[in-house]
Amino acid sequence: MKKKRHTLPYHLMLMPGMVFLLIFSIVPMFGAVIAFQKFEPVKGILGSQFVGLANFKRLFLIPDSKQIIFNTVYIAVFKMLLNIIVPLFFAVVLNECRRKIFKRCVQTIVYLPNFLSWVIVAVMLGNMFGPNGFINSILGMFGHEPILFLASNTWFRPLIIGSDVWKGFGYGAIVYLAAIMNIDTSLYEAADIDGASRMQKITKITVPLIMPTVILMATLSLGNVLNAGFDQIFNLYSPLVYETGDIIDTYVYRMGLVQLQYSFGTAVGLLKSAVSFVLIVLSYKLADRFAGYRIF
Amino acid sequence: MKKRKHISLFDAVVWLILIISAASCLFPILNTVAISFSDKTSALTGKVGLIPKNFTLAAYEALVQETQFFRSFLNSVVRVILGTAINMFLSVMMAYPLSKDKTAFPSRNIYMWIVVFTMLFSGGLIPTFLLINQLKLMDTIWALVLPGAVPVFSVIILMNFFKGIPKGLEEAAAMDGASPWYIMWRIFVPLAKPAIATIALFAIVNHWNAFFDGKIYINSPEKLPLQTYIQSLTADTSRRYANMTYDQILRQQQLSTLTFNSAKIVVSMIPILAIYPFLQKYFVSGIVMGAVKE
Repeated sequence: MKKKRHTLPYHLMLMPGMVFLLIFSIVPMFGAVIAFQKFEPVKGILGSQFVGLANFKRLFLIPDSKQIIFNTVYIAVFKMLLNIIVPLFFAVVLNECRRKIFKRCVQTIVYLPNFLSWVIVAVMLGNMFGPNGFINSILGMFGHEPILFLASNTWFRPLIIGSDVWKGFGYGAIVYLAAIMNIDTSLYEAADIDGASRMQKITKITVPLIMPTVILMATLSLGNVLNAGFDQIFNLYSPLVYETGDIIDTYVYRMGLVQLQYSFGTAVGLLKSAVSFVLIVLSYKLADRFAGYRIF
Repeated sequence: MKKRKHISLFDAVVWLILIISAASCLFPILNTVAISFSDKTSALTGKVGLIPKNFTLAAYEALVQETQFFRSFLNSVVRVILGTAINMFLSVMMAYPLSKDKTAFPSRNIYMWIVVFTMLFSGGLIPTFLLINQLKLMDTIWALVLPGAVPVFSVIILMNFFKGIPKGLEEAAAMDGASPWYIMWRIFVPLAKPAIATIALFAIVNHWNAFFDGKIYINSPEKLPLQTYIQSLTADTSRRYANMTYDQILRQQQLSTLTFNSAKIVVSMIPILAIYPFLQKYFVSGIVMGAVKE
């Protein structure tokens, strides 16, 4: 009896947050049953007709879907790889800088883009890569024809991947810098005595010792295979580049909330959620097994 | 002698890479600032680099007249304050009991599983949209702050921080008759200042930068948050590129509001720049806390 009273405050503390999670996270999970219906808003969820897997079947029948899934995975996988390699490279280089003040200045500058919204960054990119933007005026100086980067199916994906890496590499380097800080300095001192060059110290000490962190970050990013970055693409794409730039999330938005095909949009979104869920659980299991990492 | 030379070349490469990295991050921002202070013709012909051409305040003079911009700015400020307050209150209230171990709080793991499940799985955009509609939250600020009221990632960061606070402190306070409520607000919260600052900044940046919820949930122009407002201005021009020839786009841009929009972007960045020193200080510790905890 005494014990019961002891934990009551804990339950009360959790109550408000749990109520919000119940309403805004759990209820929509049940709301996703409309993926199996021919949902009509006037009839509501209870009154709408069940159609089984018809909405999912349709997804696999329409020609667009292959392209959308391909675009999503293509963009996401390149982002995942480069968002590990570039920050890692940058962290190692930054660590080699001996001037403290210069190092701080560089850090201050490169973390900044991460905190700007994609709305703003998209406008900036539009200014720079637009038909009369700065990049095209430089190309023009070399006698090159202007390139419509944001309207070109050749350039759109590289631009999306590149700008995402650009926005996040400084911030992404923080984790690796922290791992480098944890390396025992006596290792470098011993290497100095043996006459190792700085390049050798990087390849033989720094990189191998932060590998566990790199592998951990790579594993945890597995859950993002279907996350190509909605906010970014939504702010940069146009019908001209649907062929290379349309991804699952933007497609769900257009189908569901623009064309008002609620059930079909929900089905596509639900499929994505389910696959992502499996991937995330898998990645956490792997991270736990190989790196002893647990989020809670 | 030979060795010295080798080292200086190495240093030169390091410096070069760092300078290029920093310049690449700064250039688009400074370019936008320069455009906002340039005259329209120079801006539209791509002549502006880092320094304004034919310096003018025309764009800012026009901006001062634009009441919609300032209304949206104010909406975003209100949203940030309200949203962050809700996020912080709920984060503390959830993180504290969840930081208890199983012996002190047997139901802890059940709650934890529910919380984590909501982070990993979602019903998706459309069911959430229909729910907001059903709850009659459309076109109110509540549609922007309530769906994300519990920031699960922040709860986990704070919970992990609370776990690191020595148990003896809590036991001693409990011995003196302090209630769990007192222990939470008067002992744990003050001790967790760095973690609290981190998640508060997370909340501020997220609320300030969010645009999509404003786009789907807010219909009245006077209620739009700033990012949604800016997005609606710029989306129209880029969408119009469809089915246009290059010359048509050029002509379109002559009429466009490049310098004006750039001025809006610059002003909308000011709050982020104002809190940036704090962001730098706490995000570094925050991301390390969240990602590579022991």
